[in-house]
Amino acid sequence: MTGLEDLYREIVLDHYRNPRNKGEINTPTAVRVEGFNPLCGDEIVVTLDLNPDGTLNIKIDGRGCSISQSSASLMSETIKGSQIKEARNKVTTFKNMMTIHENSLESSDDNETSFDIESLGELAALQGVVKFPVRIKCATLAWNTLLEGLDDLEKD
Amino acid sequence: MADQGLTLKLDVAKVKSDFPIFSKSKYPKLVYLDSAATSQKPRSVIDSMSSYYETTHANVHRGVYSLAEDATRAFEDARIQSGRFVNAEHPSREIVFTKNATEAFNLLSNSLSVHYLKPGDSVVLTLMEHHANVVPWLMLKERLGINLKFMDIDQNGELILDDIDELLRDSKLLSLTMTSNVLGTVPPFKFLVEKAHEYGLLTILDAAQFAPHKKIDVIDIDADFLIFTGHKIFGPTGIGVLYGKQDLLESMPPFLGGGEMIRDVKIDGFTPNEIPWKFEAGTPPIAEAVGLKAGIEYLESLDYEAISEHETALLKYMIDSLQDTFAQDIAIHGPRNIEKRSGLVSFSLNEIHPHDIAQVLDEYSVCVRAGHHCAKPLMRHLCVSATTRASISCYNDFSDIDALIDGLKVVTKMFK
Repeated sequence: MTGLEDLYREIVLDHYRNPRNKGEINTPTAVRVEGFNPLCGDEIVVTLDLNPDGTLNIKIDGRGCSISQSSASLMSETIKGSQIKEARNKVTTFKNMMTIHENSLESSDDNETSFDIESLGELAALQGVVKFPVRIKCATLAWNTLLEGLDDLEKD
Repeated sequence: MADQGLTLKLDVAKVKSDFPIFSKSKYPKLVYLDSAATSQKPRSVIDSMSSYYETTHANVHRGVYSLAEDATRAFEDARIQSGRFVNAEHPSREIVFTKNATEAFNLLSNSLSVHYLKPGDSVVLTLMEHHANVVPWLMLKERLGINLKFMDIDQNGELILDDIDELLRDSKLLSLTMTSNVLGTVPPFKFLVEKAHEYGLLTILDAAQFAPHKKIDVIDIDADFLIFTGHKIFGPTGIGVLYGKQDLLESMPPFLGGGEMIRDVKIDGFTPNEIPWKFEAGTPPIAEAVGLKAGIEYLESLDYEAISEHETALLKYMIDSLQDTFAQDIAIHGPRNIEKRSGLVSFSLNEIHPHDIAQVLDEYSVCVRAGHHCAKPLMRHLCVSATTRASISCYNDFSDIDALIDGLKVVTKMFK
């Protein structure tokens, strides 16, 4: 195993063991969305609210594998304090990363994609540990759940 | 002194060397513990199929030339071999080849829905069936309005038989597995078939997980139908086997329509072929049948008692090692009594997700199954979303179990 893979794994395990922003926001204006992956039983609960300055507050909860739970924790860190539009862009960036990654996993050659992995900071760790296409759903579960929450937030 | 009177021991090193994947895959220390999903293939099966294509291939049952006759004979020989494998009374007429075990279940649910099952009729299943023996009946429930009743299981993953009379009375069909693909439970299927017959039910046995490990005797069990799949008994993918009693198969309408299953076609109707071809529409899996025959021959060349002795010892070693190493951190699903289980061990470890377990084990080339094992009603009953399953075959040895335990030690350390 390379040193980089070790580092990635440590990041994922750290967020899995000590999830950031864990819990639920209980303010009356908060929206609550549940995400579920019936294939492996991963569950994510995202609660979102807007601060007076228009930035997002977020908490996450749930249970499941290390990839799904660490992804939720990493997501909460990067989303917290963002504007809604900014948050949407981050979701798009992350999902693009996983899509490109999935395509490269499924094609037989190992050519590197042109994606700027360093711009993602710690989130890049997820790309580093997701070795099988089937687990990309675990990694994106929290993000899809967040998107639903953002929709609900903008509806209200 | 000669080894007279001693039980024949399985020469596991020799058996393993018969399977090219253990020397030719890109994983030099491959530890394959997923034979319940599919078995690896011995050299003889691989060779039989290439040889068939190189020397004998033509379409079956229609050519008026010698090569086609050779192909037909190879295909029909495979049928007879499959019939003898389950001790069918009429091997050449009571064996239907399908695409897989799942298709065999769909054949039965569809064909039996024409004359036998009526709206409001009850079909009895168990809570530990594979989706292949659940979904076709659920589809029939939607389409025809039949009722489904499920036999419950207890804490040990064994069937609860207390209310068996209640379940069977007034029902039309019992369909159950001979070995659970999640729990490894071997239910008292012979007793249940007998009981079902007392109430006039037809019976279907799912032998997919049973066939690789123990001898099947349909006459002794008196099963009306029995299903298994080629790729779990060392044969190729793409071929399943349905055994059915001759008179029942004769009374049933065909499932899929097309070539081969037909005797005569007019623009306003058709006459189906006789059994078993009535149920085999289109060009059948010919090379796969040849491979299946070689798989059965391979399995039968190993002594069943020797296989059983070896596999029971492996299972016991696996369960003991898991319990000794992980103590209260591990929950092993299924019967405590090793006599009541076969082929596999499913477990939950310290609330670590099975996908995480399997992916870390993969780094040590240890292949296990993680997930719901196509048995979601059972997973709900066990209140788990997924389990990790290690399943064995005659080519596994004690070092494979040691590799599993070593890998799991790394897993528990990593996710502590």
